Amino acid sequence: MEVVVLIVVIVMLLSAVAVMLFKDFLAALAAMTVVSLGLSFLFVVVRAPDVAMTEAAIGAGLSSLLFALALRRLGLWRSQ
Amino acid sequence: MSMEFLDGNTILYSAAFGLMLIGIGGIVISNHLMRIIFGIALLEAGANLLLLLSTYHEGASAPIIVDGIIPAMMADPVPQALVLTAIVIGVGILALALSLAIRVQRAYGTLDMREVRLRLEQEICDEAGIEMPSSSEKPAEVIKTPVNSVVQQESGS
Repeated sequence: MEVVVLIVVIVMLLSAVAVMLFKDFLAALAAMTVVSLGLSFLFVVVRAPDVAMTEAAIGAGLSSLLFALALRRLGLWRSQ
Repeated sequence: MSMEFLDGNTILYSAAFGLMLIGIGGIVISNHLMRIIFGIALLEAGANLLLLLSTYHEGASAPIIVDGIIPAMMADPVPQALVLTAIVIGVGILALALSLAIRVQRAYGTLDMREVRLRLEQEICDEAGIEMPSSSEKPAEVIKTPVNSVVQQESGS
């Protein structure tokens, strides 16, 4: 179990660094969603299943949608 | 595999502090406004995880009442309810920040914070009727000695 948690944490931290380093904002948004989904897995690990449901629905779903709409409005919706 | 120093709590706390660290670093280092908003979202995620970790202990169960589970063994549900609220408030903060970014781009045509800062200073100086200092990093030259001005005129011509 701890090995699985360790792998998820490493993937989360790497994609958090990738959010800051990617030139392409679409890729940064995808990495941000990876961070949110890993976070909802960690919420299940610390025994908070209701918070995990909310994080998966709102943190990964709704906020990614908001980011995507804002990127399209700002003209940054293009992959390089 | 010797992983005695990597127990579950250490991994989870390092995830929370790592996310907060990357978020703060991104906010401080980056110049693009969208990246600053991404940094705010990462910081928020790390803070939520840290708050939930304060309720968790080894062998805790989820705070759901079923037969055979003692309430003393449950994780504390009060911080979990607070984090639930904080996630929803975080989406509100995100929407506000993104709408402000859209307004900034409409007003200034760019999202680069250095240019936006320069334009803001220009507007303030125009409004106050004073000349803009040559660079925002360099302090303005207040006193000009005659020798200095002569040298500048010569170099200018």
